[in-house]
Amino acid sequence: MADQAVFSDLAMEYMPALYTAALRMTRNPADAEDLVQETYLKAYRAFAGFELGTNLKAWLYRILTNTYINTYRAKKRRPEIADVEDVEDLYLYRRLSADRSPGLGRSAEDEALDRFTDTDVKSAIESLPDAFRIAVLLADVEGFSYKEIAEITDVPIGTVMSRIHRGRKALQKALLERGSTRGLVGASDEAR
Amino acid sequence: MAGFVGCDETIERLYFYLDGELTEVRRQEIALHLDLCGPCVGAYGFESELRKVIANRCRDRVPDALVARVADALREEHGRQGG
Repeated sequence: MADQAVFSDLAMEYMPALYTAALRMTRNPADAEDLVQETYLKAYRAFAGFELGTNLKAWLYRILTNTYINTYRAKKRRPEIADVEDVEDLYLYRRLSADRSPGLGRSAEDEALDRFTDTDVKSAIESLPDAFRIAVLLADVEGFSYKEIAEITDVPIGTVMSRIHRGRKALQKALLERGSTRGLVGASDEAR
Repeated sequence: MAGFVGCDETIERLYFYLDGELTEVRRQEIALHLDLCGPCVGAYGFESELRKVIANRCRDRVPDALVARVADALREEHGRQGG
């Protein structure tokens, strides 16, 4: 059992991480701010039931994710496509390394990665459908384990793995599209 | 004991390996393959670098106004509960 007086001391440090996740979920700063505030209020009210010493960050993410799904997603006018297409393994690597020049030190694909901007990465993540976007965010941006993500999202661990893996590959394709559109990445969309 | 695994199996398990989600024996099998196989280690290095790029390029600064707003809301909630 936890004391609400200690809540702020413990929980406020997670706001940058929660805000980033909220922005990627809602894709909108005003909604992200509301979502973060609502998450903190709900967490504060429920804090007496939080077991000190367990994972506070995961607990806050659970509240954030559920609030997003129950409130903000329900508000959306158009339903989004609930699935991603199947993209093969090493999709981006194979395309970026296609025009490799040997003996030039750093590899072409690593150089290409440096050219992706924050905006490319954010918009590629935001292009994924909810379930995949949330799974990839929790795994790759926040570093949660499969088991923690299963608990945060209330989804069986096998489904979590599949969403992370398929979501990552769809993200690679979305990234390449953004890089190609802006002419930053030389590789075409053809496999070598 | 760890056995030998080929390229296909290594690439198939690459995400589990990167995520630290394999059993110790499985992990050693992939690590051994990566020690011996240039093309697979290239793919591994790229996926690992990409992971860092994604994590680092999608951070947003919290607006100061939001920090203040949340602190106010919690104070108000605290008062409402008679604390």
